[in-house]
Amino acid sequence: MSRTGGEPGPPGAAWLDDEAGPVVRPYALTGGRTRHEGEFDLVALILTRDPAGEDGAAATRPWVPDPEHEMILELCRTPLSVVEIASELELPLGVVRVLLGDLLDRSRIEVRRPAPVALFPGERVLKDVIDGIRAL
Amino acid sequence: MESVRSDATAPQGDSALTVKILVAGGFGVGKTTLVSAVSEIRPLRTEEALTEKSIGIDDTSAVSQKTTTTVAMDFGRITLPNGLVLFVFGTPGQDRFWFMWDELAKGALGAVVLVDTRRLADCFPSVDYFERRNVPFIIGVNNFEGSGRHTPEQVRDALDLSPDIPVINCDVRDRESAKKVLITLVEHIMRTMSRRDPNALTH
Repeated sequence: MSRTGGEPGPPGAAWLDDEAGPVVRPYALTGGRTRHEGEFDLVALILTRDPAGEDGAAATRPWVPDPEHEMILELCRTPLSVVEIASELELPLGVVRVLLGDLLDRSRIEVRRPAPVALFPGERVLKDVIDGIRAL
Repeated sequence: MESVRSDATAPQGDSALTVKILVAGGFGVGKTTLVSAVSEIRPLRTEEALTEKSIGIDDTSAVSQKTTTTVAMDFGRITLPNGLVLFVFGTPGQDRFWFMWDELAKGALGAVVLVDTRRLADCFPSVDYFERRNVPFIIGVNNFEGSGRHTPEQVRDALDLSPDIPVINCDVRDRESAKKVLITLVEHIMRTMSRRDPNALTH
């Protein structure tokens, strides 16, 4: 079995080229941007923030969200994972991350990164997982 | 060692109580079926679009320099009574998508490697991958019609697995069998963690 496919190219570098075909279209939503500074874990939860109380910021930096931004804000009134948002909107993960970055920049969302519990699960958590699976 | 947040029932802080389990194995071995069997919701699918040129390996380079391809990941969700949310991800089937595996494996509790004994070699890359990254995993031998009978010990020998890694027979179409696979994995994770750090399981 070949393992030579293990290393991807530089992230984002090869994504936009003239023969990329359908890849380009979703990224038109992002103005061609393929990355965002912030990191959005697949299972980080996103929660829409109430823009009220930030009138000052909104006034100095007016921003008209795209329909996709609005859809994310609508979806995330209850916390939803990044991967579920992508699935729900039927957009590639990379596109969703850029859109989330836009919303985070404007303080329209709150990001709950996976708790350290995922890296160092205690016995109690693992037992909870087992009980939860049993109860299915 | 981080302890569990004391407000585990109300994840209001900046952390999400989400955990991941991966399901890996060769094409057509039953990964999506296993995800479907245990998910509380209809399994979801997310995709990442990319060009093959960006992947760095292209066996069909003589045929086509660049074609657009999609990496699809199927995943299911299980909400646990304490508010924890468990995601079960089927890994992309082709070897070329290792970069997605890295993202999936980050922070994952562990993995199930599904095996079809008629195509045993298909699981080698998955076993290699999890061994190298010290991700706890178990082997689930999915029973297919006509796959004959191989004992777990035969599979263990063929894969040259360390003796502590569980190898169990399963039928992932059956929910109880699929649940048993996941439970076996989590029990294995508990043993692995207590062996690595005897003080790790104090909570």
